[in-house]
This record gives sequence, C-alpha cells and structure tokens, in this order.
Amino acid sequence: MNTYLTILVGSLLVNNFVMNKFLGICPFLGVSKKFDTALGMGMAVTFVMTLASFVAWIVEHFLLVPFNLMYMRTIAFILVIAVLVQVVEMALKKMSPSLYQSLGVYLPLITTNCAVLGVAILNSDQAYNLLESTLNGCCAALGFTLAMVLFACIRERLSLSKMPKWMDGFPGALITAGLMAVAFAGFGGLIK
Amino acid sequence: MPKEKKSFLQVFVNGLITENPTFTLMLGMCPTLAITTAASNGIGMGLATTFVLVCSNLFISLLRKVIPDKVRIPAFIVVIASFVTILEMMLKAFLPDLSASLGMYIPLIVVNCIIFARAEAFAFKNGPVLSLADGLGMGLGFTGAITILSAIRELFGAGTIFGVQIMPAAYQPMGIMLNVPGGFVTLGLLLALVNVIKNLAAKKSAAKKEELA
Repeated sequence: MNTYLTILVGSLLVNNFVMNKFLGICPFLGVSKKFDTALGMGMAVTFVMTLASFVAWIVEHFLLVPFNLMYMRTIAFILVIAVLVQVVEMALKKMSPSLYQSLGVYLPLITTNCAVLGVAILNSDQAYNLLESTLNGCCAALGFTLAMVLFACIRERLSLSKMPKWMDGFPGALITAGLMAVAFAGFGGLIK
Repeated sequence: MPKEKKSFLQVFVNGLITENPTFTLMLGMCPTLAITTAASNGIGMGLATTFVLVCSNLFISLLRKVIPDKVRIPAFIVVIASFVTILEMMLKAFLPDLSASLGMYIPLIVVNCIIFARAEAFAFKNGPVLSLADGLGMGLGFTGAITILSAIRELFGAGTIFGVQIMPAAYQPMGIMLNVPGGFVTLGLLLALVNVIKNLAAKKSAAKKEELA
C-alpha cells in the first residue's frame, strides 16, 4: 500500500512532470493561454498517458522481454502511443467537436508529448508492475494537468496586465513558470 | 512554400538563425530545459539531436513520394525512432559518460518536436539536398542555443564553463540555477534579450526604409 501512496504523491506533486522533470513543456507553454483549453488538453493527455502506461507495460513484458527485443523499446513504445493518440483523436472528433477544434494542432502532437513516452520509459526503468505503472501514468498525467491548469489561470490574469513589450509572451510565461517551479519545489520534503 | 528555389545556404542560415528552433519557433523545449545544467551536456545533446534530425530529414525527404499522406505521422515516427535507437546504442558504446548524464532524455529525442516539426513542415515537401541543409541548420541552431543556455546556467550555478573554473574561487555558486526554476527563468531572460535585439533590428531597418523614401 505504501508504494502506491508514494507513487501517488510522488508523481502528482513532488516529481511533477512539468515542474520537476521538464517533460511535456511544449503543450505546457503552447496550450496554456486559456483555462478551458488547458483543462481539455490535460484530460486528453491523462487519458492517453494512463492507457499508454498500461499498454506499454503489456508490450514490454509479453513482447519485448520474451523475445529479447529490449533494444526496440523506444520504437515499440512510441508506436503504441501513436496508435492510442489516433484513437483518441477519432473519438474526440465524434464526441466533442468543439474540444477537438480548440485543441487543434496540439492533439496529434500528444504523440510527441515527451511526458507520454517519458512515463512509459520511466515505468520500465523503475521496473514497476502493471498496477504501479498504470497508477504512475495516471498520477503523472494528473500532475501535468494540475500544473497546466494553474499556469493557464495565471496567464489569463497576466494577459490583462500591462507588461513591458520585451517581456510579453514567452519570456514572461517562462519566468512565471520558473516561479511556479519554486513553489512546487516546496513539495520536495513530502517523500524521500 | 514559396515557388522560387532556395539555395542550400539560405535554408541552412534560415534554420541556424532566422527561424532558430529554440529562440523563435519555441520547439524542443523539454531537452532545452532539462539537460542544460552543464555546457558539455548541452553540446552533446545538441549534436545528438542534430544527427537524428539530419538523418531523419534526409530519409523522409527521400521517401516522401512513397509515404501516403494519411499514414505519414506514424511513418515519420518510425523513421525517427530508428535513428534514435541507433544513436542510443552508439552513445552507450562509445560515449558512456555522456550517455549516463543525459539518461532518459536520449530515448526522448524521438519526441523532440523540432525533429517532428521539420519532417512535417520541410522534409516532406522538399528535396533531399534542401532537407539536409534544413536539418543541419536547425540542428546546429538548436545546438548553439542550448549550449549558450547551458553555459550560462553552468557559469552561475557552478562557477565553471565546460568544467573550467571561470568565476573567482570566492564565488558562491547559485544552486538554483542548476535546478528547475533556474532553467525556466534563464530561458525566459534569454528570450527577452532576443526580443529586445529583434525589436532594435526591426526599428533600424524601418528607419532605413524611411530614409530611403
């Protein structure tokens, strides 16, 4: 039970993917201008990451290890993720066209969201079991969503305020993110 | 795509400076921030990425008439992932130190958006020679940007550049520069600097035009 709690708190807050591991920075900066899109993107990523952790574990333990193909790990994982993203894209197009529209170009880019491949590789490096992997994927993705939604809220306020011209846009956003990272570093003592 | 033919050099310089992937396109942010704690890491990561980018651009450009439009994204990914796997094995064999310090960020080159974006935006539409130039330019532009970033972070965070002591011995290293917040803030300030330079350049060229008119 303890391991699960560690994974939960660990990947949600302490080792937050965005704030601690620098994974998933592109969507974090790219789709965080509005709260709604940030939340939608977060949800889509959460779905893909949870599924990807699950499927990647199965692929690793029933395909790569038995056939001694571990050197193919990167290719195998990224293909799993690409397929999953394609499925999510088709589902979203059917079920929620407005969200599909607003996510736009970033949806196929979930494939190249390093958080997704990152979690699969981390799970495999840490030798987590199936349940742990899935939990880790889900929590890490929720942590990503949390960071992104918070960041989007700050940026919504920030866009109303007057910024020096040279700070407007990405520079300002990055420094905001840096300050957020300081705050997230405060969670550091929660687990060892 | 503009109709006129671009030269090898133009495309190269475009990638290196005009559309620098880090400072203007804001692509490939994850490795940019994650591994730039030491200048040697920055240059290693940059060259590794350049290798993959050049190879994948070349191959995708050669295969662009064979790959159907609908499955191009999985096709790109397979090409890129193959080169990354080759790179991963070579680094492990010949540069184990670099391989250890870059860690999981080597397999993550697969999902470096620069490579993917260049495949989609350039290599899939242009011939192999130009794609090669684009790969080289973008790759070296990326290498330059992250080397600068990592040199700054190493200088303030450890007082050294490429492991050589620069700051006087009494300098108290700012640990935060090597941590996550330091990465974000340094890149933010660098981008602000680039913005200032660009604005100045734009003003200058506007003034020149007015003078001429």
